[in-house]
Amino acid sequence: MRTRHGSSTVILLAPACLLFALFVIYPLLRGVALSFYDWNGVDAKVWVGLGNYRELWADPVFQTALANNLRWLACYAVAPALGLALAVLLHQRLRGMRVVRSLFFMPFVLSQVIVGVVFGWFFHSRFGLLNEILGAVGGPHVAPLDSERWALYTMIVAGLWPQTAYCMILYLTGLATVPDELTDAARVDGAKDPSLLRYVVIPQLRPVHFVVSMVCAVAALRSFDYVMIMTLGGPHNSSTVLGYYMYEQTFLSLRYGYGAAIATVLLGLMSCIVFMLLWHLFYRERS
Amino acid sequence: MFPFPLERRPPSARAAYRLTVGATLVVWLLPLAAIVLTSFRSQDDLNRGNYWGWPSAAGILDNYATVLLDSRLPQFVLNSFLVTIPAVIGTIVFASMAGFALAKHEFRGSRVLLMTFIGGNLVPFQALMIPVRDLVIALGLYDSRWSLILFHIAFQTGFCTLFMRNFIRDIPDDALDAARVEGAGELTIFWRIVLPLLRPAIAGASVLVFTFVWNDYFWTLVLVQSDDIRPLTAGLQSLRGMWQTSWPLVAAGSLLAAIPPVAVFFVLQRQLIAGLTFGARAAR
Repeated sequence: MRTRHGSSTVILLAPACLLFALFVIYPLLRGVALSFYDWNGVDAKVWVGLGNYRELWADPVFQTALANNLRWLACYAVAPALGLALAVLLHQRLRGMRVVRSLFFMPFVLSQVIVGVVFGWFFHSRFGLLNEILGAVGGPHVAPLDSERWALYTMIVAGLWPQTAYCMILYLTGLATVPDELTDAARVDGAKDPSLLRYVVIPQLRPVHFVVSMVCAVAALRSFDYVMIMTLGGPHNSSTVLGYYMYEQTFLSLRYGYGAAIATVLLGLMSCIVFMLLWHLFYRERS
Repeated sequence: MFPFPLERRPPSARAAYRLTVGATLVVWLLPLAAIVLTSFRSQDDLNRGNYWGWPSAAGILDNYATVLLDSRLPQFVLNSFLVTIPAVIGTIVFASMAGFALAKHEFRGSRVLLMTFIGGNLVPFQALMIPVRDLVIALGLYDSRWSLILFHIAFQTGFCTLFMRNFIRDIPDDALDAARVEGAGELTIFWRIVLPLLRPAIAGASVLVFTFVWNDYFWTLVLVQSDDIRPLTAGLQSLRGMWQTSWPLVAAGSLLAAIPPVAVFFVLQRQLIAGLTFGARAAR
């Protein structure tokens, strides 16, 4: 039960609210406002209305970045599937399984900088392991990081490694909540594990599917680190994403207003996900 | 239980299972093995084209000596700690205070406030980048540890407040009311009763925030620039620029950089997993 306490409530909330307002809410609003200006970061800002957005609409690099974000989003659908498979594999009570599960989860606590570096080596055009393997079996020499077609996917593969680990952990917790009565009853009726998975377990895990897809969508839209580490958006901007293009336009081309407009588009995409999440969270809580 | 519990299957099935899991684990951790092996490789190995085979035994720890003694990596590690630890403490304190108010106090707009915290936490960093950088410059904090500490506290508080609020909600009101009857103020109650009961939640939230802040790369690019302040993620990247093709040095540096979060993870993994899966339970 919650009761009224007046001034002490204010004191308890003040530090969190002040900092959050100062470093998140205010910058968020100011960023959107900035997207209507032309600004090089130093001189006076010039109001251009929707000018930045009109330019974005026709900007081929922006279109590539947006498309790449959507491709990233689509490819990240692999993470829940693989994560669920790993969770099903590892959900056993045998001795030592706890340690094994932790080892599977470890990629998630590594910095994306490190993950990006290792996968960069794996795909390296001259010394990469991929080429050594392909060479050993008589395959062709490949240079995915230098390819306009494949550079993006090398980063997605890198990102999928920790992302799958995360999904696996969420699904493991989910599997632990599937009631034994349900699985036992189905087994008495002669159901084998594959059909049990299909008709009982996967439907039971619905709330987990929701969270997992939210988490993956947010991660896909946030992609920045891998681009910075592995490709710098190249070759020829083919592997850029909104997060990186924004950074590049702001700090390298000194187009702050244009950068803010890119960020606002990204914010719009993310808001769709946030609203779904909040609606789900609070609607469920109320009912 | 799903899948079918292997305790109830014959030993041969369990042996086959262990073999499968072992093989999968080896494949899964190959990237990690690659860093470890590379960190032991000598320049000689590279010159002979031995990029992926077994490293030759000579001078196996040379790379670590170089990284620790002849590079700025130790400074970067220290910088990371000097940002991460205050950020974790600040986040936990402010988030549990706000979480207490949101869980146990009745006031207008509490739901909106909570939604703002959660929603704000999912905002893409790029949407905040320019104004936060300007703000930090205006406050005279650009290129200082405080810029990172304050930003991380503010941002992480959003998520942690929800986390703490849900935990505090489960504390029985009787304990709080008893103290209130004896005339204790709300802040005393928070400090004396709520905070001690929060220990498991604090452990979970701390390890999460530690991992996020330690691994943050974006803000280390945007808010700081000098080597004396720069945390590991940005530092590693600048070392990588310096060492270019010297993969073994980069590998040794990366491994050293990964030790703190991995260590924290293994010590507090139960709490970390409880924290990470918290969203899954909140949405249930």
